[in-house]
Amino acid sequence: MSGILSLMLAIPAIAAVACLFLSANGARWLALIATLLDLVLGGVLWSQFQIGGPQWQFVENVPLFGTFNWALGIDGFALLLIELSVFLMPICIGASWESIQKRVPEYMAAFLLTEVLMIGTFAAQDLFLFYIFFEGGLIPMFLIIGIWGGANRIYASYKFFLYTLLGSLLMLVAMLWMVNEAHTTSIPLLLNHDFPVHAQTWLWLAFFASFAVKMPMWPVHTWLPDAHVQAPTAGSVILAGVLLKLGGYGFLRFSVPMFPEASSSLVWLVFGLSAVAVIYTSLVALVQSDMKKLIAYSSVAHMAIVTIGLFAFNQQGIEGGMMVMLGHGLVSGALFLCVGIIYDRLHTREISRYGGLAINMPRYAIFFMLFTMASVGLPGTSNFVGEFLSLAGIYKVSTTITLLCTTGIILGAAYMLYLYRRVVFGELKFDDVRAMTDLSGREIALLAPLAAAVLWMGVYPESFLAPMRGDVKVLLQRIDRAKPAGDARPTPPKNPQVKAGEGHA
Amino acid sequence: MIQLIVFLPLLAAIIAGLGNRAIGNVPAKVLTTGALFASCLLSWPIFIHYLTGGDPYPVTQVFTWMKSGDLDVSWALRVDALTAVMLVVITSVSALVHLYSWGYMDEDPDQPRFFAYLSLFTFAMLMLVTANNLVQMFFGWEGVGLASYLLIGFWFKKPSANAAAIKAFVVNRVGDLGFMLGIFGTFLVFGTVSIPEILAQAPHMAGSTIGFLGYRFDTMTVLCLCLFVGAMGKSAQLGLHTWLPDAMEGPTPVSALIHAATMVTAGVFMVCRLSPMFETSEVALDFVVFIGAATCIFAATIGTCQHDIKRVIAYSTCSQLGYMFFAAGSGAYGAAMFHLFTHAFFKALLFLGAGSVIHAMHHEQDMRFYGGLRKKIPVTFWVMMIGTLAITGVGIPGIFGLPQIGFAGFHSKDGILELAYASGRGIGAFYVGVLAALLTSFYSWRLMFLTFWGKPRWIRSEHIQHAVHDHGHDDHAHGAHAHDHHDDHAHGDGTGGYHPHESPLSMLIPLILLATGALAAGFVFHGWFIEPDSGERFWRGAIAFNEHLYHSAHQVPLWVKLSASFVMLLGLIGAWMAYIWRTDIPARFTSTFRLLYDFVYNKWYFDELYNLLFVRPAFALGRLFWKAGDEGLIDRFGPNGSAWVVSLGSRVTGRLQTGYVYTYAFVMLIGLTAAVTWAIAQ
Repeated sequence: MSGILSLMLAIPAIAAVACLFLSANGARWLALIATLLDLVLGGVLWSQFQIGGPQWQFVENVPLFGTFNWALGIDGFALLLIELSVFLMPICIGASWESIQKRVPEYMAAFLLTEVLMIGTFAAQDLFLFYIFFEGGLIPMFLIIGIWGGANRIYASYKFFLYTLLGSLLMLVAMLWMVNEAHTTSIPLLLNHDFPVHAQTWLWLAFFASFAVKMPMWPVHTWLPDAHVQAPTAGSVILAGVLLKLGGYGFLRFSVPMFPEASSSLVWLVFGLSAVAVIYTSLVALVQSDMKKLIAYSSVAHMAIVTIGLFAFNQQGIEGGMMVMLGHGLVSGALFLCVGIIYDRLHTREISRYGGLAINMPRYAIFFMLFTMASVGLPGTSNFVGEFLSLAGIYKVSTTITLLCTTGIILGAAYMLYLYRRVVFGELKFDDVRAMTDLSGREIALLAPLAAAVLWMGVYPESFLAPMRGDVKVLLQRIDRAKPAGDARPTPPKNPQVKAGEGHA
Repeated sequence: MIQLIVFLPLLAAIIAGLGNRAIGNVPAKVLTTGALFASCLLSWPIFIHYLTGGDPYPVTQVFTWMKSGDLDVSWALRVDALTAVMLVVITSVSALVHLYSWGYMDEDPDQPRFFAYLSLFTFAMLMLVTANNLVQMFFGWEGVGLASYLLIGFWFKKPSANAAAIKAFVVNRVGDLGFMLGIFGTFLVFGTVSIPEILAQAPHMAGSTIGFLGYRFDTMTVLCLCLFVGAMGKSAQLGLHTWLPDAMEGPTPVSALIHAATMVTAGVFMVCRLSPMFETSEVALDFVVFIGAATCIFAATIGTCQHDIKRVIAYSTCSQLGYMFFAAGSGAYGAAMFHLFTHAFFKALLFLGAGSVIHAMHHEQDMRFYGGLRKKIPVTFWVMMIGTLAITGVGIPGIFGLPQIGFAGFHSKDGILELAYASGRGIGAFYVGVLAALLTSFYSWRLMFLTFWGKPRWIRSEHIQHAVHDHGHDDHAHGAHAHDHHDDHAHGDGTGGYHPHESPLSMLIPLILLATGALAAGFVFHGWFIEPDSGERFWRGAIAFNEHLYHSAHQVPLWVKLSASFVMLLGLIGAWMAYIWRTDIPARFTSTFRLLYDFVYNKWYFDELYNLLFVRPAFALGRLFWKAGDEGLIDRFGPNGSAWVVSLGSRVTGRLQTGYVYTYAFVMLIGLTAAVTWAIAQ
């Protein structure tokens, strides 16, 4: 099956070029077909992925020039994030079907290009190939916000670009240093290279600058609300669904395994910023009057749960962090779709302009309720599994941070239910709201797969945990030497025969 | 079989909920009610199996849920004696409430949705009580929270209902925070979340300490207290109780099922389920006793001066849950479960009876506008009477060799008080409990007297006036009956020309069945729940059962045994004096003790306090962080700042490019001079 990854990159790339020469309708159909083809290939990829097999699968390696290689290959983490990308893409195309009427071929090309770059980022095994894909992702997003965005799109797109570029330049410098030190650009080899402890801190900080912005972590999060508010619906979906996951993937692929000592000694920075983010952005979300801004702020809070999990140095934390990434990708994508659906009808994101939608849009109310509850982290939905594992993992490291971050479940419930109440419940106050029609067949076709995936992840997360289990173990073996001691440390029981749990030193 | 019991309601909920208007009212109702009756019929044999001393059933594995390292959580259904008790309570009350709702919700346009929610709730509750691990219990815990949220806000057009729904969910989440920390801690300490394994290991952990928030505490105390915070949220105990009275915004059948008989007892169930764990921590047990006793008396005081019939019963529920908790804290888990069991019957009865009154009174809930309803709705009156006799604990104490016999609440409440007294730990709670029993009797009889005795005071009610004057296009059947007798001179008797009608049979049958339970459940079952020998055989280790405690409860002094009955009579006499004999007493009392009355009437100002402490600061902080933090600091000095620096720089350099040759020559000259100077200085 080697070559499948290149094929998954080639299909949307060729389609993107072809789109530019087609009519609006032709571009739509071509984009849909191309993304669906990638979805099918994604299915093949998943079914062929050997759980418990070699760490790197579907490996391709073609030397290009110098030390630069066309090296692709995936492990469980990459597999799951690729699945998330190919799953969301056709939904994005569908969401733009009617709402985008301006420069459709270019729009579809931009989206297909985004897909190429995202899959490439997750599949790249060469450090510079990764960098190109990783940073390349900026360009189509910059265009999508800047051309098809809302009224204040130029400010938002520059803010987005400035923030993310600043971090990535530092990362490039760090990468050059690493290649010089380890004499290889291959990520699997770098993963097993022990960098000197004193250099790790600087390298870690350089990577952190880039990933923290992408995540985004507090206080470099302010580009996200603006970008979301201005982006078209599908842009928001892909931004929240996949682009925000690049930061987490970066932490998981580079920061933690390559610089374990630095990760361990700087863990307070990650935890501190994350704990602040959970409380700070949740409270900010509570007072928003713009639906998209509210969900954007909630994303920052959710991503903070990812970062603490990834830096928990134990299996629950890392698996939990990954699960939150996947769950949040589905749920926040779905929530942005829900906002987009009513935005298409009323052309406003002001919460106070709505109310009483349960009366004339009952189907919409059901879907929105499901995704609201998933965002709140109700057990049985995807986000619960992730949040629970992540927080259970972090409890082994710091009870205080756990307490602070778990307040997110209270605040999350407050801002999401408050949003839902103002939009869906109550009386129909406005005539134009009363005239809104319930979901069309196309819209149900967009939301239903997301709903199914959210429930599947919530009820039987084993499908998602199994592919990454081996990779987490490998990662843990590597970083175990730097594992920070927890603050709980129960003293052993008096009766020594009883098996005590992990964590007592 | 247990799969059928648990999953039939889920199936019915999904079909009725998604089908909604497409499948129509009657099929949705038949389906959900049928599923619940099937579950109920399957549950009783399990309970009887345990009553007759049968062996515990093995745990039924469904499939894996989460597996991460040594965390291994599966969907599994555990049915022991404790679960069996909960199964019959949940399925019986739920089935009857489904049936009752046929009549009560008859005119509602959204019936499939209502019945789907009810069935969904039942499923979640069943998942909670059959859980074999803490995480599945948490699933059920949150599932019932969701159903409760949806049902409180069922009439989603009402702002007050929406506010109450959100409040219920968010306050419960505060408790859930504790529950989650408890689960994490338990997993850290024991390396498992499986309940039987935890309970087996817990006794060996005595004396161990654990770090928590930077300090070190006794391990088991930390774990139990964290978990108990969860129980306090769900069971509306003091501090986290504020959501329960507001939850009365939901339809009355919901109040009966969720906010009286089942969901709110989940906290008690959790403490009983984890009783061997709680037994390892003295501090935790003391805390449980304290909270239980405090809630018990606190809620009872508020219950005495509410006007809304449902709110009186809601505070009464809160207070009765307090009894269950201090029983559990005293080590009398059997008695806690027994009171849970009997309370489910008589409190569901009282709520549904109140619903029947409300139905008859055209949705008027204020007791000040009731009165004289005894003859008008006799069946409702008699079942409410049985419910009142049950909650106030009427019966013949087992003294002088007399057989102990009485209504349901008599057996369980007396049992709790005697056991609390005998336990030593709960002796303070005993006195509080007796005092609360006095108040219980007072507010319960006050409710009865205000509603069913005296002269009709209906005319002042807006709902009634609305019913009488609006009869032409009234959508309520009983309202429509009013018009044929409507004439102006009838207003003189306080009826306002309104004629209440008895509820339909679908509502009366559940009432009568529950009345039977309220009458007999205590007498029939007390042997299994709280008698030393038969109790041991019945529980079979499902809860921590201290046989000695139950033995010593029989040896308590005579006055202890009589105290509950004595204060019950006192409360009855007090209520009779105040609301039948001299009806001006309440007014005189309130004007004399204005401050005290206001304090109690306003629910000890808890809502106001929380608003001041949490809600308003949260919004204020949110605005501060947003405007001053994000926009004022981060954006101003971050991206906008750097953009400003760049544009400033470009303006400055732009100004240098004047286009005049002499300017450039001048700059060159300065540069050359500087370079030469530097070269010479070297």
